[in-house]
Amino acid sequence: MPRLARLVLRRLAGSVPVLLIVVVGVFLLLDSAGGDAVDAYLVSIGGGDAALAEELRARYGLDRSVLARLLLTLGQLARGDLGWSVALNRPIGAVIAERLPNTLWLMGSATALAFASGSALGIVAGRRPGSAIDRLLSGGSLMLYSVPSFWLGLVLAVVFAVRLQWLPVSGIETIASGATGLARAADVARHLVLPVAALGTIYLALFLRVMRAGMVEAWGQDYTLAARARGVSSWRVALNHAARNALLPLVTMLGLQAASMIGGSVVIESVFGIPGFGRLAQEAVAGRDAPLLMAVILVSAVMVVAANLAVDLACGWLDPRIGSGRGGRG
Amino acid sequence: MIRELARRPEARVGGALLLLLVAVAALAPALSPGDPLAIAGRPLIPPLTDPALPLGTDRLGRSLLAGLIHGARTSVTIGVVSALVAVAVGMAVGTAAGFAGGLVDEGLMRVVDAFQIVPGFLLALAFVSVAGPSLLVVAVAIALGAWTGPARLSRARVLSLREADFVASARVTGMHPVEIAVRQVMPLALPPVLAVSSVIVAGAILTEAALSFLGLGDPNVVTWGGMIAEGRNQLRSAAWLSIIPGLALVATVVSIYLVGEAVGDVLAGRRRR
Repeated sequence: MPRLARLVLRRLAGSVPVLLIVVVGVFLLLDSAGGDAVDAYLVSIGGGDAALAEELRARYGLDRSVLARLLLTLGQLARGDLGWSVALNRPIGAVIAERLPNTLWLMGSATALAFASGSALGIVAGRRPGSAIDRLLSGGSLMLYSVPSFWLGLVLAVVFAVRLQWLPVSGIETIASGATGLARAADVARHLVLPVAALGTIYLALFLRVMRAGMVEAWGQDYTLAARARGVSSWRVALNHAARNALLPLVTMLGLQAASMIGGSVVIESVFGIPGFGRLAQEAVAGRDAPLLMAVILVSAVMVVAANLAVDLACGWLDPRIGSGRGGRG
Repeated sequence: MIRELARRPEARVGGALLLLLVAVAALAPALSPGDPLAIAGRPLIPPLTDPALPLGTDRLGRSLLAGLIHGARTSVTIGVVSALVAVAVGMAVGTAAGFAGGLVDEGLMRVVDAFQIVPGFLLALAFVSVAGPSLLVVAVAIALGAWTGPARLSRARVLSLREADFVASARVTGMHPVEIAVRQVMPLALPPVLAVSSVIVAGAILTEAALSFLGLGDPNVVTWGGMIAEGRNQLRSAAWLSIIPGLALVATVVSIYLVGEAVGDVLAGRRRR
């Protein structure tokens, strides 16, 4: 499919200047901080003399001018090298590669769950706007939408892990359980239940509201009226006519929420002690590790770009009118 | 407008809650005199057991009620200041981009894109870690992730107004372009931006709570997020320490959404007529 490939390439090329703005902006922001990773490192090892500090700064290139370091960083990034974490004393790329799968599982499950149940409940609520079940679901979703995810996580942990002891309180798997294969997967899944629920709830509420709004709008359109007039049952119209068209804004919403979900995973991973990508941001702040924090922000931005590209492709597939920038409504 | 709102039950509930919250925030020093971070009694008194300390005390013997009251002040301040900064910056950038057009527009919108692909929470985290956790820094940090919405909305509005007759006549009378932008066009770009401002206020309050929960809030004031984090150590023995401030957060955010949504509905209904 050369047309599709061209579209993907064009979009990726368009995102390069934007990512460049992100890198330069974040670099300058983090650079303006007083104190650097060498200071934090020296504190952590109980102090050192000026010569050691000098030597460490020279080794990490921290003794050069801002512009020289910015160019050095850009050159590194262009070669795909995310740099060296001073706090963890390891290459950042390896650390992120190790942490990212946990976060992707967390975010992926939360998204899938929120999308599936949010859209289903949105159809139920939007089938008869103003009915008792609609009022219940709409009111409930507004409440859920207002709950801070980290607090929800704590409440879920108190109820299901501390009181009922159904699920583990924290971590991503039982330490040193020695489990492999399916047993290990089941263990990880058990650990993910509460974090996924805490992270996904707010999006479930959001998807429910967007789906319901789309359904309400569809009921005012001629095609639903025509279908009803032809004698099609109301559930069929709801599912095959109204919901189908209401789905598109929901898919768009997936892309719009990608950035906020990465932010949410930072807090949720901290609540549940999951060694993931989001918690790296917090560790970088605690360790004054500017290169690590910058790498986390940059990788997040790339993930958001990728999510939006995927969403655009999905929208083009769902609605042929959105013909990859040519024709259509544009 | 007020009368139309008062007819809606959800607006009445939300409005009453919101008024209560703002009143508590404004009157915090009178309602709960003294330092809310000072020791008020024995540590870990459960709620509803001591009439002098109705909601009990935390691990260090600080009054939970005093914390709630003063925390309301922090949340309201953060919500209002962040939204003001976000709306002001967003409208300035959006109006400039829409009015200038060409390369300026292109450049400014790429900056908006850049801010939109970076998770706002990470940006706030980075900004607070660089500038130090004071209330104003936290408010600005949150605004950094919230100004792009107002910028896009006001740019779109300005683009549609740029060629309007009244702008052309202002040009003909020799008005400076900046004056036209600020005095003629910006006021008309305000309504769509204000319509989303309730979402910005609510989001700012939630983001501040999350930052404080991670220990990146202003350590010199009481915050609900900080109280939740503090109570986390006693989650097994005294879960109420975390649960009560969280309920205050939920009530606050719900009331803002209820009022914001009702106002939006009333405005949309008017436009339709």
